[in-house]
Amino acid sequence: MKIRNGEEAQKSGLNMTSMIDVVFLLLIFFVMTFKIVELEGDFSVRMPLAGSDSMTMDPTDLPLKLRLQADEDGKLTTMSLNEISLGTDFDQLRANVVQLIGTTAPAEGEDGPEIEIDTDYNLRYEYVIRSITAVSGYKDGNEVVKLIEKIKFAKPRR
Amino acid sequence: MKVKSKKVDLAEGDLTPMIDMVFQLIAFFMVLINFAQTESNDRVKLPSSQLVKPPEVPLEFPIILHVAQDGEIILGGDDYTAETLRVGLQKELAVIKAEGKTVEDANVVIRAHKDTSAGDVQEVIRVAQEQKLENFALRVKEDNS
Repeated sequence: MKIRNGEEAQKSGLNMTSMIDVVFLLLIFFVMTFKIVELEGDFSVRMPLAGSDSMTMDPTDLPLKLRLQADEDGKLTTMSLNEISLGTDFDQLRANVVQLIGTTAPAEGEDGPEIEIDTDYNLRYEYVIRSITAVSGYKDGNEVVKLIEKIKFAKPRR
Repeated sequence: MKVKSKKVDLAEGDLTPMIDMVFQLIAFFMVLINFAQTESNDRVKLPSSQLVKPPEVPLEFPIILHVAQDGEIILGGDDYTAETLRVGLQKELAVIKAEGKTVEDANVVIRAHKDTSAGDVQEVIRVAQEQKLENFALRVKEDNS
């Protein structure tokens, strides 16, 4: 007697192997190329070459002068704003800028105050950015209060 | 008469949850992947500032200069020094002029390493100024702390 095993339902399952292979390849690709994006922003500096500016300079409208001095390792040792020594305290610098330009000074547009940064050649760039941050404004809660927007650099000291 | 089926059962695991998870991971990485990474350079670690915000409108005609810690300048994948940068800038300006724009329309984006010398950055600015470039952007990392 022949007994057929007919009830054995053939499962029509798809072969997943190739799909899983491809999917894992994709996953590895995305994991390897993944990089956490750090948000970046700019400090704008408009610096035409000296002498090329057609505007006549008003001698009473001189920029504030910020002098940054460094030691041999490029670490900030002293800074002075218009010859006023401030040590290395950036909060002090910001307070002095507020005092000098006043809180009601027009900070925006071409008429705003200007600052010239004069640094030692080997000063680390990080300190320059910190000083630019201090003179550009401050955060009041979530609001940014702007102070000086016109920033320029003095000639590099070699 | 009882006839036993000789079929050997393969111990197949259920792959569904794994495939679900893998697809979720792929979706996650696909959404977060950023192909606009060409602006960054591994040799540059930017300083940070609390005041900057990512620009809402991208800068027009950016010339991106990376300044590495040793003062070497990277422009469009080529390495330059402050002395040779002029050649690289002239190439970039030729492209901008070919598009019918003037030098004043170009924006020089300086991505300098936080420990590089400020003087090296000033030298870069000086060389760019000599090419009549006047709009500079000092790129820094946003600091939310």
